Amino acid sequence: MSHQYDYIEMKFPSSAEYVGLIRLTLSGVFSRVGATYDQIEDAKIAVSEAVTNAVKHAYTDNQSGNILVGFAVFNNKIEIIVSDNGQSFDYEQIKSELGPYNEDDNVNYLREGGLGLFLIETLMDEIVVRKDPGVTISMTKYIDESQVHSDGETISNR
Amino acid sequence: MNINISAEEKSEEYVITMNGELDVYTAPELQKVLDPIRQDGTHHVRIDVTDVSYMDSTGLGIFVGTLKDLNQHDKELRVTGASNRILRLFEITGLRDLMHINESSEVE
Repeated sequence: MSHQYDYIEMKFPSSAEYVGLIRLTLSGVFSRVGATYDQIEDAKIAVSEAVTNAVKHAYTDNQSGNILVGFAVFNNKIEIIVSDNGQSFDYEQIKSELGPYNEDDNVNYLREGGLGLFLIETLMDEIVVRKDPGVTISMTKYIDESQVHSDGETISNR
Repeated sequence: MNINISAEEKSEEYVITMNGELDVYTAPELQKVLDPIRQDGTHHVRIDVTDVSYMDSTGLGIFVGTLKDLNQHDKELRVTGASNRILRLFEITGLRDLMHINESSEVE
C-alpha cells in the first residue's frame, strides 16, 4: 500500500530561541498545501504552545534535550506531532486548569499560565496526548474546511 | 532578538511599544521593561501592539500579571493597536472583558 501522506520531521534543542524557527517551518509546510492565513496562524499558536511547554519544563529541570516536531501532510489535513523526548510536563495538572478567563474572576486570582493547552484545544481540530515516556501531543488541522468537525472552533470564526 | 521594545514615560502613563514576535523567547525582554513599572505602580500603562506580528499565551500571561500588579495600585492597563488576530486571542481566552483593549481615541 502506498503512502497516503508525506512526512517531515525535525529535531530541535529544547531551547526557547528555536520556537520561532519551528513557526517558520510550519508556515512553509502549511502554505504548500494551500492553507489559509488564519489556518496557518492558528496552527502557529498551537504548535508554539506545545513547544513552549516542553521548553519550559526542560528549563525547570535544568536538562537539555531535544524536541521532535513531525508533520504528516495529507490531502485535506496536516497532523503535527510534538514530542518532548522524555521530559514531560504535568499534562493532567495543566488540563485541570484549562479554560478561558471569566469576567467574574477576581483579577487577583487570574492565572498567569495554563492557557497554552486551552489554546491548543481551541485552535486545532483534533488533539491526542500520549504520556510515557515524555509527552507527545498530536494536533490535526483540517485544510479542507468541509471536513472540520462542528466543534472545531478556529480563530477566524466570528 | 526578534523583538524591539521601547518605553516612553508620559505624565500619567508609560507607553510601551513593541515591534516583532512576542513568544517564550522574546517575553523576557518585555518583562525586563515592565517589571520596574509594575512594581512602582505610579503610572498607568499602555501597551501598543500594532507592530506585534505574533503573540501567544506567554504574552497573555505577562499582560495578566501586569494587570494584577497595576490594579493593586489603582492603575490601568490598556492594550492598543491589536490586530484582528490578537483581538481574537484576547476574546477566546476571555481576557477581552477584563482588560481595556483598543479603547483609545488614538486607535482607529
